[in-house]
Amino acid sequence: MAVTKDPRLGSSAANLIAGAADLRLSGDKEALATLAERELQPNRGIPLNLDWVENIRVNTSAVERRAQTLVTRRTVKKDWQVAWLLRAITCMDLTTLSGDDTDERVRRLCAKGRQPIRQDLVKLLGSESLNIRVAAICVYHSFVETALRALEGSGIKVAAVSTGFPAGLSPLDERVTEIRRSVEAGAHEIDVVITRAHVFGGRWQALFDEIATFKAACGNAHMKVILGTGDLLTLRNVARASMVAMMAGADFIKTSTGKEAVNATLPVGLVMTRAIREYAQQTGMAVGFKPAGGIRTAKQSIEWLALMKEELGASWLNARLFRLGASSMLADIERQLEFHATGRYSADYRHPIA
Amino acid sequence: MSVTEKFLSMEYGPAPEDPREVLVWLDRHARKLGHFIGGAFRPPAEGVYFDTVDPSTGEPLAVVAQGSAADIDAAVKAARGALAEWQSLTPHARARYLYALARQVQKHSRWLAVLETMDNGKPIRESRDLDIPLVARHFYHHAGWAQLVPQEFPGYVSCGVVGQIIPWNFPLLMLAWKIAPALATGNTVVLKPAEFTPLTALAFAEICQEVELPAGVVNIVTGDGSTGEALVKHPDVDKIAFTGSTEVGRAIRKATAQSHKKISLELGGKSPFIIFEDADLDSAVEGLVDGIWLNQGQVCCAGSRLLMQESVAETLIGKVRERMSTLRVGPPLDKAIDIGAIVARVQLERIQRLVDQGVAEGAICWQPSLTMPSRGLFFPPTLLSNVHPTSTVAQQEIFGPVLAAMTFRTPREAVELANNTVYGLAASVWSESINVALHVAAQLKAGVVWVNSTNLFDAACGFGGYKESGYGREGGREGLFEYLEPEWFKRAPRLETKPKAIDQPRDQDIESAVPPIDRTVKLYIGGKQARPDSGYSFEVRAADGRLLGEAPLGNRKDIRNAVEAARKADSWARTTAHSRAQILYYMAENLSQRAGEITGRLAAVVGKEQAHAEVRLGIERVFSYAAWADKYDGAVHNPPFRNIALAMREPVGTVGIVCPADMPLLGLLSLVMPALTMGNTVVAIPSETYPLIIGDLYQVFETSDLPGGVVNMVSGRCDELLKVLAEHNDVDAIWSFVGEASSVAAKSLSVGNLKQVFSDEGRAIDWFSIEQGEGRWFLHHATQVKNIWVPYGE
Repeated sequence: MAVTKDPRLGSSAANLIAGAADLRLSGDKEALATLAERELQPNRGIPLNLDWVENIRVNTSAVERRAQTLVTRRTVKKDWQVAWLLRAITCMDLTTLSGDDTDERVRRLCAKGRQPIRQDLVKLLGSESLNIRVAAICVYHSFVETALRALEGSGIKVAAVSTGFPAGLSPLDERVTEIRRSVEAGAHEIDVVITRAHVFGGRWQALFDEIATFKAACGNAHMKVILGTGDLLTLRNVARASMVAMMAGADFIKTSTGKEAVNATLPVGLVMTRAIREYAQQTGMAVGFKPAGGIRTAKQSIEWLALMKEELGASWLNARLFRLGASSMLADIERQLEFHATGRYSADYRHPIA
Repeated sequence: MSVTEKFLSMEYGPAPEDPREVLVWLDRHARKLGHFIGGAFRPPAEGVYFDTVDPSTGEPLAVVAQGSAADIDAAVKAARGALAEWQSLTPHARARYLYALARQVQKHSRWLAVLETMDNGKPIRESRDLDIPLVARHFYHHAGWAQLVPQEFPGYVSCGVVGQIIPWNFPLLMLAWKIAPALATGNTVVLKPAEFTPLTALAFAEICQEVELPAGVVNIVTGDGSTGEALVKHPDVDKIAFTGSTEVGRAIRKATAQSHKKISLELGGKSPFIIFEDADLDSAVEGLVDGIWLNQGQVCCAGSRLLMQESVAETLIGKVRERMSTLRVGPPLDKAIDIGAIVARVQLERIQRLVDQGVAEGAICWQPSLTMPSRGLFFPPTLLSNVHPTSTVAQQEIFGPVLAAMTFRTPREAVELANNTVYGLAASVWSESINVALHVAAQLKAGVVWVNSTNLFDAACGFGGYKESGYGREGGREGLFEYLEPEWFKRAPRLETKPKAIDQPRDQDIESAVPPIDRTVKLYIGGKQARPDSGYSFEVRAADGRLLGEAPLGNRKDIRNAVEAARKADSWARTTAHSRAQILYYMAENLSQRAGEITGRLAAVVGKEQAHAEVRLGIERVFSYAAWADKYDGAVHNPPFRNIALAMREPVGTVGIVCPADMPLLGLLSLVMPALTMGNTVVAIPSETYPLIIGDLYQVFETSDLPGGVVNMVSGRCDELLKVLAEHNDVDAIWSFVGEASSVAAKSLSVGNLKQVFSDEGRAIDWFSIEQGEGRWFLHHATQVKNIWVPYGE
């Protein structure tokens, strides 16, 4: 299908608005978030505004300094830490993206997603009523159906990585077809990757069109746009790409595929969350954020939550607007929770693996 | 509140640091601490103690000794007694002690941080992550200097016994800034910590015991202002180093005027925080958090004046307010607190009073609705907008978490507003254009300029102010000079001054007994020969009493005009060093052409031999300073961050110079030339013995392309003119080389704008000697170091 020739794609605002209407039809009427007491709506995208892209200023040293001190300015202890770690679980996209994935492996992961913490611990922590489970299971397209079946009735979303993940360099129509197939298969969320070359070349229109095309193909599925920040390298590039992705209709912007040499770092997260804030202030629309890759410890999950709370506010601290893309972090959180519940340090083997 | 509720609220909750170890330490001392004198704790001579209080709770932590004059005397005696042994150690041995202090501070870092926070009220995050690591860094860095000083500062010796007085805002850090360089350069110390925050200094005293620092090398005497006064006035103290208010700094300058105490002052500030439209605004706002809300704003270099480019002002104010709303005010021992307690009630009241006054003057006060602690001394982060340069809150140092916001239109106006203050401690400049940032940084009158950053400190970089923010630097090579003196100068004999009264002025037309001189010497002001305002002249006689001629009798108005002309000529500072050198070389050339006639005239006053020597060496000296023009350059420091810290040597400004009486030509050139070559403008008062020298000199200056106003010369009664110069608020430094009385006058009369004073201290200087009469010592005084921090990275 000749998607690139579709006349709607040049200026995709119209079909983005159509997409937003679908969202409204799906019953999402209340404000998605608030920022400085202003109610924010889900992102419908806006026409590409090059001024916003060009006016972006990012001072790397200052951003690094803020990232460095942000985590020393905030900490949570005791029951609060338990609460935050539980919250981190509910924001987790439990992920498996390996060449050796199998249906059985995915089912195991889904089972873990449904029951991320040992039942006795849940009881000890007094968190039964919270029904803690992960936000989504993130897999390759081939495992969407498996995951959907395994998660039935749990409310856990299925996310498929798409568009030639992780390089994103296959022909555009193939990438779009990939999205459609996953959506047709029932994936709730599609994690797409951008063509990094568009960023290096400053081809913002091309980047915008590409993402808008992906968005159109996603239909009602939520689109997370992976910027590949480890490839983009400079924070200025990250900020510009974030802005273009949001204008093109991203529901989430996501740092990395997990396959780049450098994955989610706090400075990158800071730049992306500030871009989200800027976009929200300008448009009244809220975009979610997903750091992914390299997030392995309970402490990191709290740092990311603190970054979200500090830069975007408490209304971003839920799965609708925040996801942690991780595979091994859960194990560390479980150990920490057991320590809190029992006062004794834990060991990996005491917690069922995914 | 259950885990479930916490899960839903996602509040931070309390995260208290455990104070137990500190309480154990206080109890071990029975909550009563004496002075640390001669290596041991001892009770105060008069038996008086006072409370030191945790400002976040109001609870007393301990009682400490109130230092009396007797205690200070005992401490100074101990320091004096320890001096010889301390100085007889090898540099390496002293380095080992400083290294041990650094290690010991690191080993006890958390204990010191907690103690600091409890006594001062600052957030534990700051004492833990900023204060204490910098303390250790300072001792490490200076352990290195201890080893290298003899090699790197040949010809310099330590001052001796140093009295140090530190403030309450960074108690242990300021102690480190004072003690580390003093010990590294071979001095011994009597330190008085601030009345509100004496505890970490006493903890440090214990650390001195632990590393077995020789007794008496460091002495700590606690107390209030009167204790400090006793230290300042003690006759056996060789140097006073002070950090604190400009008001007290002035008092110290005055109190030490009669003595030969070397002083360094690090005083107040009202530092600008300049944000250009092309800045990373979010980062700039974050910079403000570190700038004005660090340590509750109780920071001498706090970025308390926000200057925003008009085009982004509204956006910025919005961003600032939003950021303020996420600040957390609370118990300082909580690890997730941004703003702790104000140090004392009197300070809290002062902040409130100034904010009230600001509002009364029309400022709009905005404070976020934050949860404030129910007890203790706290002040919410405060933004004052609709503030103008005329507002009290834009001029006065508030020393609290209060930001005063103003706008500017162009970079030029930003600089003008930034410099529109009596202070000159620090500044922050935010712009993504390196051109804008460095152009502005170069023009700011401040000792430290942070580009796209703020409140960065390091032991390798000098810190200190311009104008009424004090003089001297702390940190780096430039800071060590405060604790060193040229060896020859310390030993120089007393300068015998024969009082040389100018006879009653005479009307210029009065016929003299000898044949009339065929030239009229005038004053030299703004590049023009000017008649004195008074219309009087005074006689100048040869050694044998013969009348040589008449010199114009300058008065206060002539000085006023000369200073005005000097100020107008300040583009001299921006002339390239190469051009300045060319002009100096040209002067030497022209001087040499007139050597014969100048020698002849001078010989009548100082004798043939001296006249020859003065002219010959004078030419050499001008050559020498022409050579220095582009060689006395700055440095690039190495702080442990990814950035370049440029230590630029800048001219001090307009320098008033009172020239030696007995060396009319060489003395004047030896002082005027170093000032000139570094880009200062000068108002010189020539030798009272032979003021006619100016007639020869201005002809040389005029023929050497020296721009008008760069050097001005006003002859007359030295004492009278010195007074006017010293008191003039638009003169930046006063150099007095005519003996003890004038030196004292220069020091005590210059307190109005805290001029930098450079004087002979009443000692005789051998102007014929190169070691004494020229070189780095003079250049050091002709410049001040501005550290420009430029973090980089993409």
